[in-house]
Amino acid sequence: MQRRVIFNNKMLPYLLLAPQLAITVIFFFWPALQAILQSLLRQDPFGLRTKFIWFDNYAVVLSDPLYLNSVKTTFIFAFSVTAIAMTSALLLAFMADKNIRGAGAYKTMLIWPYAVAPAVAAVLWLFIFHPNIGYFGRAMREIGIPWDYKLNGNQALSLVILVASWKQVSYNFLFFLAALQSIPKSVLEAASIDGAGSARQFWTIVFPLISPTSFFLLMVNMVYSFFDTFGVIHALTGGGPGKATETLIYKVYSDGVLFLDLGGSSAQSVILMIIVIGLTAVQFRYIERKVHY
Amino acid sequence: MKGYTHNGNWQAHFFLVIGVAVLAFPVYLALIGSTWDAGTIARGEMPLYPGPNMVSNYLLAWGSGSGQRVMGVPAETMMLNSLVMALAISLGKIAISLISAYAVVFFRFPGRMFFFWMIFVTLMLPVEVRIIPTYKVVSDLGMIDSYLGLTIPLIASATATLLFRQFFLTIPDELVEAARIDGAGPLRFFWDTVLPLSRTNIAALFVIMFIYGWNQYLWPLLITTSKDMSTIVIGIVKMIGTGDAQTDWQIIMAATILAMLPPVMIVIFMQRWFVKGLVDSDK
Repeated sequence: MQRRVIFNNKMLPYLLLAPQLAITVIFFFWPALQAILQSLLRQDPFGLRTKFIWFDNYAVVLSDPLYLNSVKTTFIFAFSVTAIAMTSALLLAFMADKNIRGAGAYKTMLIWPYAVAPAVAAVLWLFIFHPNIGYFGRAMREIGIPWDYKLNGNQALSLVILVASWKQVSYNFLFFLAALQSIPKSVLEAASIDGAGSARQFWTIVFPLISPTSFFLLMVNMVYSFFDTFGVIHALTGGGPGKATETLIYKVYSDGVLFLDLGGSSAQSVILMIIVIGLTAVQFRYIERKVHY
Repeated sequence: MKGYTHNGNWQAHFFLVIGVAVLAFPVYLALIGSTWDAGTIARGEMPLYPGPNMVSNYLLAWGSGSGQRVMGVPAETMMLNSLVMALAISLGKIAISLISAYAVVFFRFPGRMFFFWMIFVTLMLPVEVRIIPTYKVVSDLGMIDSYLGLTIPLIASATATLLFRQFFLTIPDELVEAARIDGAGPLRFFWDTVLPLSRTNIAALFVIMFIYGWNQYLWPLLITTSKDMSTIVIGIVKMIGTGDAQTDWQIIMAATILAMLPPVMIVIFMQRWFVKGLVDSDK
C-alpha cells in the first residue's frame, strides 16, 4: 500500500528512520548473527581458542536427552496453558456477552490480571501454595496430600501451568468478548425462538463464527507459553525440581548464563528463533486470509 | 421466553462471579498477608481477615525493604527504577516508531521497503531468544547496570511502527495537499496535523507499552547487578530467596501489592485505551 500524495525530500526520511534502524541493527540483527555464528563454534572453557565445528552443537543439543525432555516439558506446559486459559476465557466471555446487569463491572474485574507481571503472579500463587505457610498448601497437607512443589516434579509443573494460565485468561477474555459482540444478536434471538438452547446456540452458531479469533489466540497463547512465562518459572521453581519445569527458554538461560555453555546455548537460541519465525508466519498467513475474507 | 432469559442470566452471574473470585483470590490473600506479622504467617495461622500491622508493614517495605530476615532494597528505590524503565521504554518506542512510520508512509526513497522489512522482522526476534549475544553487545558498550542498558535495547518496536503505519495510511490525501498548498513542509505537517490526529493511538500504545516495560523480567535480571538498580519485580523475587517459611512474608507481600499497583491502576482507569491498544497492537 502506498499514498498518492507524498513529500519530496532526499535526506529527511533517512534521518527519521535512523534511530529505529540503529537500535534494530545493534540490538537485534547483530546479536542474532552472533547467535548463529556462535552456534557453529566450539570454545574452550577459558575462551582462549575457538574452533569452527559446523553443526556439531546442534547435533549435541538435539541428541541430548535433557534437551528432548525440555522439549516435552515445553509442549505439555504450552498445551495445558493454552487449553486452560482459552476455554475458561471463552466460557467467561460467553457469559459476559449476555445482556446482564453489571456487564461493565464484570469486564473490569476480569481484565486487570493482564497488568500483573508473570513473576509477580508467581509470587502471589507461591504465597497460597507454599507447603508450610500457604493457605492451600497447608490445607492439602492437612487432608493427607503430600504437597510440596519443591520436591515433586508433577506438582511443580501443575503449579506453573496454573499461574501462567491465571495470567493469560484476561487477554483471551478480551479478544473472545470482542469476537462475540460482533455476532449480530438477531441471529441468536432467532435461534432462541426456534427453541435452540444455550449449548446448541453456542456450538452451531457462535463457535464457527469465532473460529478465526480462536485460531489467532491459539498462536498467541503458544508464543506466550514459550517465551513470556520465563518469569513464572524463574520465580517459582527455577526449572526444578530435577528439571521438571525446565522449558526451552529456561534452558537457554540456564545453559548460557548459569553454565556458560555458549555454543550449546546459542544453538538452542537459533532453534527457538526458528520456532518463533514459524509461529509468526502461520499467524500472518491467517491475517492475510482474514483481510481478503 | 422470559423464563429462559432469566435462567440464562442466573447462570451467567454464577460463572462470572466464580471467574472474578478465582482471579481476585491471590491478590486478596496477598493484601491480608501484608497486614499481619511474620510469626503469624510462618506458623500458618494467618486468618482470612486483615491484621493490625498494615501501616508499619507498608512503611517498612517502602522505606527499607528489610525485616528480621530479609535484607531487601527499599520499594521506593525499586519503584522509581521500574517507573524510569517503563516510561523510557514506552515513550521511546512511541517516539521512534512515530517518526519511522512517518518516513515510510509519507516519503518515497530508495530502500524504503527494505528498511520497512528490516523493522518488521524484529517481531520474530524477541529478546528471550537472543539473550546472551545481546547481553554481550550491551556489556561491550559499557551499558551494564545503567538505565541506558536497561531501556535502549527494548525500545525498537515493530508493533508500534506497524500500527502507526496502518493509521497514517488512512489520513486523507486532501490534508497533505492542503498542507503543501499552505507551504507547510513535512516536519510542520507532522507536528501540526499528524501528531494531533494520532493522539488516541498514542494513548492506547502508551498503556500497553508501559505495562510491558514495568513487567520486564529476564532483561533486568541480566543487566542489573547492583541493588540500587533493581526493579521492583526483580526485587520481590530476590527477597523471597529460597522461599523459607521463616521469612518476612508480610514485607514481601506489601512490596508485591506495591509492584502491582501502577500497572493495574492504569488498566482500570485507562480501560478504554487499554482495550484499544491491546486489540490494535496484536492484529
